[in-house]
Amino acid sequence: MPPRIRIIAILICIFLVAYVFELVRRRHLSEEYSMGWLVAGSMMLILSISEGLLIWVSNLVGATLFTSTLFFFGLVFLVTICLHFSIRISALTNQVRTLTQHMGILHSEKQLLEEHIGLDSLERNPSKLEKL
Amino acid sequence: MNQLKQKQTEWITGRSVSLDFLSEEPPASLHRKVPLGDHHKILIVIPSFNEEASIGQVLEDVKQNAPEIPILVVNDGSVDHTAQIAEEHGVQVISLPYNSGYGVALQTGYLYARKHNYSIVVQMDADGQHDPACIQDLLSTVNSSDVDVVIGSRFLGQNTYRTSITKRVGMFVFGKLASLFCQERVSDPTSGFQAVKGKAINFVASDYYPPDYPDADFLIMLSRCGFTIREIPVKMHPSKIKKSMHDGPQSIYYVFKMFLSIFVTLLRKKPRI
Repeated sequence: MPPRIRIIAILICIFLVAYVFELVRRRHLSEEYSMGWLVAGSMMLILSISEGLLIWVSNLVGATLFTSTLFFFGLVFLVTICLHFSIRISALTNQVRTLTQHMGILHSEKQLLEEHIGLDSLERNPSKLEKL
Repeated sequence: MNQLKQKQTEWITGRSVSLDFLSEEPPASLHRKVPLGDHHKILIVIPSFNEEASIGQVLEDVKQNAPEIPILVVNDGSVDHTAQIAEEHGVQVISLPYNSGYGVALQTGYLYARKHNYSIVVQMDADGQHDPACIQDLLSTVNSSDVDVVIGSRFLGQNTYRTSITKRVGMFVFGKLASLFCQERVSDPTSGFQAVKGKAINFVASDYYPPDYPDADFLIMLSRCGFTIREIPVKMHPSKIKKSMHDGPQSIYYVFKMFLSIFVTLLRKKPRI
């Protein structure tokens, strides 16, 4: 791999890992979601630093260019993380739907209760609470 | 249940009060029994989204045809006066904070029905498409037989309902698929005019329910779970107000989603209810 692209790849990986750590430190990114980025960034960093390992992996996947190996694993990681986010979004959509439905039902029941116990009169005369 | 009511009342009043005066059931005016000669508690669920032009008339017609049955309007985040008009007609309204789609609004009604132990739910649209005179037909069918789900079909009997050719083709294909896997004739799988009884209510209120387009896939799921389905002819009027959710570019997504959903429904294990 040409030294220039190698240095650029190493710098990008170091920046990515450091930035993810900083995001976690500032609580802008949860530990759960930082794991994938840290693992992918670290692996790309190791591949960029260790030429022997990059040659071995390139031969393993059949890549003729070493940079193609980095792009290949980068793409695999992006597809994986997109799928992971789709799964998470589906789960969150279901949770929001359930919350919305239960909130609507509870709000309606709350209004019914308010009408039933006559909230206004209770507020005007709190002693009535004891009689209830 | 009592614990929940206690918490709700504390929330409202800011004080702890005795709730002995409250029965397990909500106020009687909202949960009257229907004189059908049996013990069934019936609820009519009407999901609505921006239906201020038609909801009033629909509620009046329903009250005339089924005067003893409580009505629940699920206001699906309408930005017009739908909820206000429904409340003025003296029916219970559940308002969702934002528009969540037809299936979600409908399922909210079933969640409410399950929570308050209703044994039969009649669902119908708020756009005046469904003739309330047919409610009694749905109820008598679901009530007098061992059927769990009765679907009001616009294509059975002497109906003159007209719809676009693409929609008709879609209904035909998915109707045939539903008929094949349900082993019961289904001519109108998209019908939102249905009566659902007993455990099938729990099933609709469960996570198995497809909340975007409850359609042939859900009928197949119901059938696979052992629920019996029957279609009866009902009168339907073409909707004058709103565009169907199966029209336009969404129809492409609808067809794709329905084929995928039917396919994976057949691959899944039978849900346990």
